[in-house]
Amino acid sequence: MMRHLLSVDDLTRDDIERILGRAASFAEVSGREIKKVPTLRGRTVINLFYEASTRTSSSFELAAKRLSADLVSVKSSGSAVDKGESLKDTVQTLSAYDPAAIVIRSPHAGAAALVARWSRAAVVNAGDGKHEHPTQALLDLYTLKRRVGALEGLRVWIVGDVLHSRVARSGILAFSRMGCEVTVCGPPTLVPRGIEALGCEVRTTLDELGTADVVYALRMQRERMTGSYVPSLREYAAQYQIDGRRLGPNQLLMHPGPVNRGVELAAEVIDSPQALIVEQVESGVVVRMAVLYELLAGRGAPSGVAAGATTEPQPA
Amino acid sequence: MNRAPRAAGISRAVELDRAPVRPGTVLIRGARLLDPRAGLDGQRDLLIRDGAIAELGESLAAPEGAETVDAEGLHAFPAFVDPHVHLRTPGREDEEDLDSGTRAAAAGGYCAILAQPNTEPVVDSAPVLRSLRERARAEARIPTGFLAAITVGQRGEQLTEMAEMADAGAAGFTDDGLPVRSAGVMRQALQYQRLAGRLLALHEEDPSLSGDGAMHEGEVSALLGLTGIPSVSESVQVARDCALAAYEGGRIHVQHVSARETVEAIEQAKAAGTQVTCEATPHHLILTDDAVRTLDTNMKMNPPLRAEPDRQALIEALRSGAIDCVATDHAPHAREEKEQPFELAPMGVTGLETAFAALHTELVLPGLVDLGLLVERMTAGGEPFGLPVPRIEPGAPANVCLVDLDAEWEVGEAGYESRSANCAFAGRRLTGRVRMTVAAGAVAYRERTFALGAVA
Repeated sequence: MMRHLLSVDDLTRDDIERILGRAASFAEVSGREIKKVPTLRGRTVINLFYEASTRTSSSFELAAKRLSADLVSVKSSGSAVDKGESLKDTVQTLSAYDPAAIVIRSPHAGAAALVARWSRAAVVNAGDGKHEHPTQALLDLYTLKRRVGALEGLRVWIVGDVLHSRVARSGILAFSRMGCEVTVCGPPTLVPRGIEALGCEVRTTLDELGTADVVYALRMQRERMTGSYVPSLREYAAQYQIDGRRLGPNQLLMHPGPVNRGVELAAEVIDSPQALIVEQVESGVVVRMAVLYELLAGRGAPSGVAAGATTEPQPA
Repeated sequence: MNRAPRAAGISRAVELDRAPVRPGTVLIRGARLLDPRAGLDGQRDLLIRDGAIAELGESLAAPEGAETVDAEGLHAFPAFVDPHVHLRTPGREDEEDLDSGTRAAAAGGYCAILAQPNTEPVVDSAPVLRSLRERARAEARIPTGFLAAITVGQRGEQLTEMAEMADAGAAGFTDDGLPVRSAGVMRQALQYQRLAGRLLALHEEDPSLSGDGAMHEGEVSALLGLTGIPSVSESVQVARDCALAAYEGGRIHVQHVSARETVEAIEQAKAAGTQVTCEATPHHLILTDDAVRTLDTNMKMNPPLRAEPDRQALIEALRSGAIDCVATDHAPHAREEKEQPFELAPMGVTGLETAFAALHTELVLPGLVDLGLLVERMTAGGEPFGLPVPRIEPGAPANVCLVDLDAEWEVGEAGYESRSANCAFAGRRLTGRVRMTVAAGAVAYRERTFALGAVA
């Protein structure tokens, strides 16, 4: 039983398979009219988001609520953080509510690990700086597995700004753990030196993109222009944009969102049947339900919810 | 005040300050004395009197009123000198003050230290320097020298009144914490050095390469998603300043060398006759960027811990003398500032109290570096600045540290003399402990459990 989900590195292949299997069972719940199971009834989950986020925060909110947990959402703007309260003090204050889990997103690497040190709650890393975004990697695996069945031997290309991408780091670890062959590709200024150590190959042109089964495009942020990483978005698009020409008919397309239309992806591929982007978002809730279940079910719940709690609907 | 004899290129004597002490008469019995420079290695009694080493011999008699120390099983070395210490005074006395900082130094076996000027306010004018020296004359437990800034506010634009500050007792000049960005300003500083007569100690970093990096640029930073500081940021700046020093006939001292490229650049410059010296810290000689994997903020400092080949290059350079001395870059930080996400935490670790023990444990015991060589490198820190090297020789000022080379201890278990606890070796078990330090003729430190007795 895992205590926290801080990094994909903490997960064995068995852990990943188990979480993906559990997510599939929750998918059935999400198809019902009353999308709720009582698994975490009476437990408190705190969402602590220091970075703006629509997808991830609403996804975690729904996940907690569908498991019947009590949810508290703390966003950095409009909170004491603006008054200069440190992360440690915020965590200790919130710990007074005895949360079962804290979901934390922070602009700084290692924030989730620090929260785990400072509180007794189970901690889920919802993105820590440029370091990791483990639930994103899990929902990517889930989405892909549902589409193709087996992940072993799949060739995945991660294209774009790898240097600044926690999605890329978690993705490289997760895909390779499941037996995929991973290649990262981007402008030389945006691929970190030494990234091969995570378990991937490196390319700086899309010349061999045709060998990929899955093309995973990363968001290209406009801020990278001012940092002199790329001379212009125009040149980036010319060299690295995934469009109808570059994407083969048998290749799948993924993207963590939000998409910069016309930059890393051309409109025609975003809306094509090869794109899994919408399915990725849809799978976010069930995968996060599975993660919360994995960390909290059986950890000593309040009376009424036993270990190995059922996912069958209960009378209202 | 200690007056040092004039070293080549240093036109005025460097002055150190310390709170008044009465020199003691101390008889150290039965220690194994080791001073490679004096050709000394053997068991002798050592008598200290009137501020100097009075006598070395067998079975010396204790003069009346002498403190006798039973040092059987202990080693006595010339005490150490650290030319790179942050005392945080004025401005951040919560992190360290002159009393706690010099106590920490004495506890590490140091008899003299040089303090860096990146304080609040910066030591960039004679009045600030003088008032600091006055405080040292009231509070410092061991002789302490103060470096002054090269540029006003360390902003890298305008030279400070170096001649006046040299007269007011600046031990040297540095903008440490920051590099001197402009080659033009650096060149002028080297020219002006001919008037000021003091060493320029340089923090070498190219900010356009180091950016907002938090650790060494390498596999570990790629894994952790932290912005990296590439080795070339340091070596490029070092190459620049060695070239400028050669051109202007100046003398520079490269601080906290961390990269093998830097070692190469310095070796080349030395071979070409440039007057350049340099230092390395215990943490760079012992740790690598692997230690940063846990994101422990006690592993965050500038320059950062680099990779194993860099560490090996530093060890080899320490052996060969390409690295002239060990300097701790003791950098205390408040606890709450280090208890933050890694990228936000300030850079710096303490080091005075653990320097010898850590290097003894990790370099001497595994046979990488000779004990005598370590003692040489740890006593040499003042030499580039014109300070005399401590010696165990009759007539020499009494600067001695007594060390139990077999004592095992856990860093931080009994707290620290320093006000700050941000030690890179916190929690480590080390072998080798300083029991007593004599600085400029007076006992500056006795380890708590170390018993002393008077001879009947």
